[in-house]
Amino acid sequence: MTIALNRDRLIHILKRLLVHLVLLTGALFALFPFVWMVLTSLKSYIEASAAQSFFPTHWLFSNYVQAWNRVGLFPRYFENTLIMAVATTLGVLITSSLAGYAFARMRFPGRDTLFIVLLSTMMVPFEVTLIPNFILMRDLHWIDHYEALIIPWTASAFSIFLLRQFFKAIPSELYDAAVLDGCTHFQFLWSIVLPLSKPALITSALFTFLGSWNSLMWPLLVTNNPAMRPLQVGITSFITDAGTEVQYLLAAVTISVIPVILIYFFLQRWFIEGVARVGIRG
Amino acid sequence: MVPTPQKSGQYPAMRRRTSRHIDWTAYLYILPAFVILGVFHIFPVFYAIDISLNTGPINKFKFVGLQNYVRALASSDFWTALVNTFSFALMTIFTAIALGLLFAYLLYQGVRGQSVYRTIYFLPYVLSTVGSSIVWAWVFDPSSGLANLAFKTVGAPPLRWLIEPKGVFQLIGGQFNVSVPVWMHGPSLALVAIAIFTIWQTVGYNIIIFLAGLTNIPSEIYEAARIDGANSLQLFRFITFPLLSPTLFFVLVISIIGSFQSFNQIYSMNIAAAQTLGGPLGTTYTLTVYMFDQLYTYSNYGFASAIAVLLSVLILILTLINFRFIGARTENMEVGE
Repeated sequence: MTIALNRDRLIHILKRLLVHLVLLTGALFALFPFVWMVLTSLKSYIEASAAQSFFPTHWLFSNYVQAWNRVGLFPRYFENTLIMAVATTLGVLITSSLAGYAFARMRFPGRDTLFIVLLSTMMVPFEVTLIPNFILMRDLHWIDHYEALIIPWTASAFSIFLLRQFFKAIPSELYDAAVLDGCTHFQFLWSIVLPLSKPALITSALFTFLGSWNSLMWPLLVTNNPAMRPLQVGITSFITDAGTEVQYLLAAVTISVIPVILIYFFLQRWFIEGVARVGIRG
Repeated sequence: MVPTPQKSGQYPAMRRRTSRHIDWTAYLYILPAFVILGVFHIFPVFYAIDISLNTGPINKFKFVGLQNYVRALASSDFWTALVNTFSFALMTIFTAIALGLLFAYLLYQGVRGQSVYRTIYFLPYVLSTVGSSIVWAWVFDPSSGLANLAFKTVGAPPLRWLIEPKGVFQLIGGQFNVSVPVWMHGPSLALVAIAIFTIWQTVGYNIIIFLAGLTNIPSEIYEAARIDGANSLQLFRFITFPLLSPTLFFVLVISIIGSFQSFNQIYSMNIAAAQTLGGPLGTTYTLTVYMFDQLYTYSNYGFASAIAVLLSVLILILTLINFRFIGARTENMEVGE
């Protein structure tokens, strides 16, 4: 009896071990390129290009200063990206909160039709709108201006949909009570709905910020002047300029991902829940 | 967490009073979003179709009817790009879904450190493609890269990865001195390497979604089945899989759309490996790369638009097929209400 039990326990333990082994391998696979990047960014040129040792023999934090000063107009790229990502995110939050609220709480003719039009824009591939938008930017003389990097992206069907779903879930009794107290729609939205919808707002903000921070094709098209380029475009052009100096390039990349990593670690609970919720809810 | 949606109309008197009322201000609320979406996302669709019927430089467009489409469909570049696009999609979508399911299922068993694993797996999805591609280009570096280092330790011959235009099946055949017919060469090793990078990037997203889908399956169902004597394989086959299929369907739709639109991964890997756009030898030339090349390098606005429209139609058809054949079999997707 005890022997049988012990064998069951052993099998159980082995199974657990196997599960963890697979999970750990996956974690290593996910993390390794990132860890390697940070370590290489701290190596000397010879060590970085030979890739013999895993850890740097001398930890050259000065590489970061070099990258900041050398990689094209790095501080400028950084500033451009920050302005672009923050402004786009604010824009999306404002337009989506208003539209999401209207679709969730207000009655107006054509609401359902407009909502379907909205949802269908999510199906349009980015590529098809790229060329007309590029021509539009030229005609508006927005090439090499922040307007081109920001304004076309300040509304998002995805965010409106996400917020609308969340707003709808807020009990209608709250609204009825607020109306009895003489609340207008805007007051209700501002002082009750928005504070209650922090998770959805954070999710929507994170997705927008990340999408903007990491965007490549659009900024590539609408910026010719290096001083107007965001980080991702700046870094790709640096690859060809100084491809041999790996350590500076990787230091630059590390700097470019630090803000994203910080935001991710501090808000990852919202982020992952947001992905899960949006994913499940369609 | 989300409060459950309330059915409105629990207070009939109050509802009747509000329902007759039309909020004309609603149009002001949706105005900013619809101006932006209308100008930059809806109008451009029609404009793109219009541009695709023209040729020549901007301001001097000349109407040519369907000529761009005819030219695209008649060019071998288009079909090469189409084949590359499909190979890339097949490689990335199915591997990322299979791995996503596996890891989500393992995490779902309630292992210790579940949230730590989850955070780590999702990290690649958050990082910029440009940054990650530089790292992965080094992993695939023929002389000092990690991939060849690993190959060397197990005694396998080193490969040229991102600069290898030969097909994978051709390479495998070459190892065993078997000559593979041309139509069976398969995607180039360069495209496979970019696919591996893309899988690394996207699998975390799938894990999170599958995990959420698994968690949503009520545990009572499992308990009842276990009492009836179901083993773990049967549990997966008859409970997990059918109840997870709406999630699976969602991931499939998202993955297909995402994969056919892939550009950043290919563009930045090409650059990081010092290749020309779509190189080596055009073996990583997908439809998006083709479109971008025609637009950015050659300023063929009409022709590039025609490719973009063809790509959109392709994505639309695939999505519709998906909804028709798979979506119909899964439960309703709860899109909207």
